[in-house]
Parts: sequence; C-alpha cells; structure tokens
Amino acid sequence: MTSKVVLAIVTVLIGIGVALALYWLLNRLAELLPANVEHKVKPFLYILPAYFAIGVFLIYPTIQSVINSFKDQSSTEWVGFENYTELLTNKGFQQTIYNTLLWMLIVPVVSVIIGLAVAVLADRLKPGSEKLSKTVIFLPMAVSAIGAAIVWNFIYETRPAGQPQIGLLNAVWTSFGNDPVAWLEQSQLHFNSLLLMVVLLWGQIGFSMVLLSAAVKGVPVDTMEAARIDGANERQIFFQVVVPQIKGTIITVYVTVIIGVMKIFDIVYVMTNGNFNTNVVGNEFWNQFSTFFNNGAASAIVVMLMIAVIPIMIYQVRHFKAEEANA
Amino acid sequence: MTDTVATPAVATPTAKTRKKASSFDPNPAKAGWATKLVLLFLCIAWMVPIIGMLVTSFRPFREAENSGWWTVFTNPSTMDFTFENYQEAWTGADMGNAFVNSLAIALPATFIPILVAAFAAYAFTFMEFPGRDFLFLAIVSLLVVPNYVAFVPMLKIYGNLGINGTFASVWLAHIGFGMSLAIYILRNYMATLPKTVIESAKIDGASHFQTFYRLVLPMSVPALAAFAIFQFLWVWNDLLVALVFIGPGQNQPLTVALTGLRGQLGQGWNLTTAGGFISMIVPIVVFIFLQRFFVRGLTAGAVKG
Repeated sequence: MTSKVVLAIVTVLIGIGVALALYWLLNRLAELLPANVEHKVKPFLYILPAYFAIGVFLIYPTIQSVINSFKDQSSTEWVGFENYTELLTNKGFQQTIYNTLLWMLIVPVVSVIIGLAVAVLADRLKPGSEKLSKTVIFLPMAVSAIGAAIVWNFIYETRPAGQPQIGLLNAVWTSFGNDPVAWLEQSQLHFNSLLLMVVLLWGQIGFSMVLLSAAVKGVPVDTMEAARIDGANERQIFFQVVVPQIKGTIITVYVTVIIGVMKIFDIVYVMTNGNFNTNVVGNEFWNQFSTFFNNGAASAIVVMLMIAVIPIMIYQVRHFKAEEANA
Repeated sequence: MTDTVATPAVATPTAKTRKKASSFDPNPAKAGWATKLVLLFLCIAWMVPIIGMLVTSFRPFREAENSGWWTVFTNPSTMDFTFENYQEAWTGADMGNAFVNSLAIALPATFIPILVAAFAAYAFTFMEFPGRDFLFLAIVSLLVVPNYVAFVPMLKIYGNLGINGTFASVWLAHIGFGMSLAIYILRNYMATLPKTVIESAKIDGASHFQTFYRLVLPMSVPALAAFAIFQFLWVWNDLLVALVFIGPGQNQPLTVALTGLRGQLGQGWNLTTAGGFISMIVPIVVFIFLQRFFVRGLTAGAVKG
C-alpha cells in the first residue's frame, strides 16, 4: 500500500523532472541552430509536447472512431452506414436520443435559473451568511457523480408496504397515507428521468451560481442606482439592468452545462443503468462498448455525439474571437 | 456599510442621500424575509442528502436498514453510533486499497500536464510564429470534444503496448484529455501578465527558457493552482476513464470500488454510505481549503470580460 503512494510521488517527481529536462533539451537543440532559424523553430518546440498529447488522445482517436463507425463490431469488415441506420431505426435508441434531448432541454435552463436566483439573493445577505450559503450550494461540486448517485439512491430507496421506509422521499410520501412508490421505475411522463436530473442539478447548480455571482458582482453599481433614482423597482432593475449586462455569462454557463449534459453517463449508469426508459446516449455508448463489445455501434454513437457538438464548437470559436477582439 | 441611514430605494432622491448612497452603501437592496427564507430552504435542501448519508454511515446495519436516519434526531434515545462501517468498508470492501489507488492515479495525472501546458501557453502568449492563432483556435474548439472518442482506439493501442489496467494508462489518458483546458486557462491568464516585465527581461538578455522558468511560471501560480485543483477533482471523481482503462480489480480507484460495492446484492446502506463518504472526504477537504483558487479558476476560464 505504501509502495503505491511512493510510486505516485516518485512518478510525479519523475514526470515533472522529465518534462523539464525535455524542454531544456529542446531549448538547447534550438540554440545549436543559427540564430534566425532558432527563433523560428523555438515556438514550435515549446508547443510540440502538448500537441503530441492532443494528437494522440484526441485527434487520432477521432479519425479512428469515424473509420470504425463504418466497420462491423470487431472493426474488421466495412459495413457502410449499417451502424448508423441500425441505431437510428431502433425504437430503443430513438427513445435514448429523446431522453438525452430532454436532459439537454431541462437541465441547463433550470441550472441557470436557480443558479442566478441564488447568486442574486445571496448577494443581498451580509458577507458572512452570503459566503456560508454559497459554500453550501457549491459543496456538492466536490462530490463525484457516483457519490451523488449513492446519496440520492438512498433518498429514493423503496421498501415494501408495511416495512419502515428508510428512504426520505417514501417516508414523507407514506406519512401522508400513500403506498410506497418505487420512484426510479415511474417512467410515465419521464418522471424517473426528472428524478435523475435532480441528482445532476444538485451537484451542478453551484457551478452556475459561482460564475453568475461573479458576473452579478461585476455589474456597475452606478447603472443600478441610476435606474433606482429613475423610479425602477427591484424587479425591473433585475430584468432590465442586471440581466442584459450579464447576458454573456448566462450564455457561457448555459453552453458549458449543455456540453456536460450531452455526455451524461455516471448518474444514469449507477442509478438505473438506463432501465425503466431512462437511457441516455452516454450510457448507451458504454453498453455497446463494454456489454455488447460492439465497436462499430459504439463508434457510430461517438461520431453522432461529435456532430451534435459541432455547432457548440463553432459558437465557442466565434465567442473567443469576439472576446479577443475586445480585449 | 455600517451606518447607513435608510435604504435609498425608499429614500427621497435628494442630492444629499444620493451622494451618501453611492459612497457608503454599494448594495442598497437588503435581503428581506422572503429572500432569507428561500435561501434557507435551498441550503437545507442541499445539505439534507449529505447529512442523511453521514448519519447512516455511523449507524449499525440493523438500525440503518430498519429505521430512517432521521430517527437519530426524532428519537435520540435509540441512538447507537459505531465506527465499524468505516472499518469494514476500508479493509473488508477494499476501499483502503482503492483510496491509495485514487491518490496514485490523481497526483501524476494532475501535475504532469501542468508543466507541458504551461510551456505551450507561454509560446502562445509571448512568442510570434506562423499559424499561432489557428493552432490556438484548434485548442478552443477541442475543449468540447467528448473524450468518449478516445476509448476504443486507445484500448487497442494500450493493448499493443501491454499497459491496459496499469496506472500509466489512466495517467496518459488524463494528460491527453486535460491538455486543451490546461492550455486554455493558462494562456488566458498569462495574457493578463504585464508585457513590460517580460520585455525588460528580454532586453536584459534573458532567454525564453529563463524568462519562462524564472518569471512567467512564478507569476502564473494562481492559474496553475486553479487548474491543478480543477484537474485533481476531475480525475479523483472520474468513473468512466477508470472503468475503461483499469476496471475492477487490484488497481481500481475509489469510484470503481464504490460502484462495485453498490452493485453487491444484500449490501447494507450503512456500508455503502461509509464507502461513499470515504470517496468524498479528500475532494471535500481540498474544496473547502482551496475553494478560493478553485473559484478563481472557474471564473478565469469562463467569465472573461
């Protein structure tokens, strides 16, 4: 056991040492060149290791995934678009996409609204209680998705009628004289998917709140005061003075959350494993990949996910360019 | 802030109060009862799940399975606390070993990419070269690529190298996946450093390597810390990458061990919650003590301008 800790620490030191030595070496190599060549080559040597890592772990696999998505499950024979057509005509997978879209529709909006509400309301408290309430909301950010899933599975726990309910939700529910409900199996109106979203929101709203809070605090007080002097009430000030000025941050938070939601996996995997009509794309990828050993279908799912991400990618690049131009 | 006379919202906007308001009270909108109630409700709703888990992890099997954790508060006479769950989870359920594995995975996966990214960020900020803007935009667009793409192809490469299931396989994967965010955060921070200092160093004859090592790196400590915390929590809490490249077994980290513990039939909630808490303690401690850096990292990464 201690040997593993020692291994970890030694690896950190070696890793950092090797990285430094590598750069020192690259730097020396560049210095051996004639001065004008050196100037041209050096920047590329500096970014080389980083791009090597990105190339190996993102670029190459992306290309490989596109290729694999047109091959059969062991990636030996070409099958054309079969993986795609089979997935997209499959009722179960259509439902999986629909569920994922529900997540993408609901979670980012709720996250922004509650996050903004907490940010604005806590801003009015005294500094001590503001900090405390924000820390409480932010704390679940530190908890892993699987930790959150366990916490909430315990709340949704069901025991047969007559036995004491140890899950909080059923305890409250049965105290009103109702029969206990297996909450995560209630797929009507996607109720169980909503219960899973609660888990993500619990862990995630702190993130929205922190970013939005920073933005709210950055709104110049003069603008609010001017509105107040002109006779605007607090609600008008919020919607007509504060919100327009933090629009950029609201969009950033929304986009960040939506990217996370598209890839949602852990919570669904641990809590229902996609049963009772709660499946999402991330979990389906895992099933194809590790349960059915179908590399073709798994790659096709990844490629579809990539295509879905492209609009966000374009937005990110544009947004970044606009900000650089302003800076 | 201390001796404000009245909130300007209700005060008549005479020249005198207006001046007072702007000089003494930057936030005249004080919290009313409704605000306090809403926040109190939210805070309780946010904490109850964790409190329930914490309480259950200290209760004996029989009690945890037969009465709600809140009976500890409603009926304190039946209270019976035990540390056995933690002992059992730590040794019996192998969480102790997994805890060490998580450390062994998260530390190198946090510290190695930082230096690599810092060099690249330096080049992007302080050096001129053809294709610089394009290469950096590539980083920006790669930020959103799902790391799922890497699993199938990387498993094959790792299989050829024979490193599937080793710590090195996850270190390398996390280094690759974290790189674009690291470069992005560090470059954005370095762009705010005073250019004059770096230029005067150059005039004094310092090479790029010296400028980086002696000047830029120490000045970037806040951003380095922010990314380090972010990446550490990310790797520590990651389940998917660990499942794919390591899986259950001798080298499993806490997240994988916890998933296994959860999946065992007939496992009591007392043990599951204790295991869950073992997996949360490090992130929570890191988070509480280094919250400021973490928040700074988040805001630097996302709310720029």
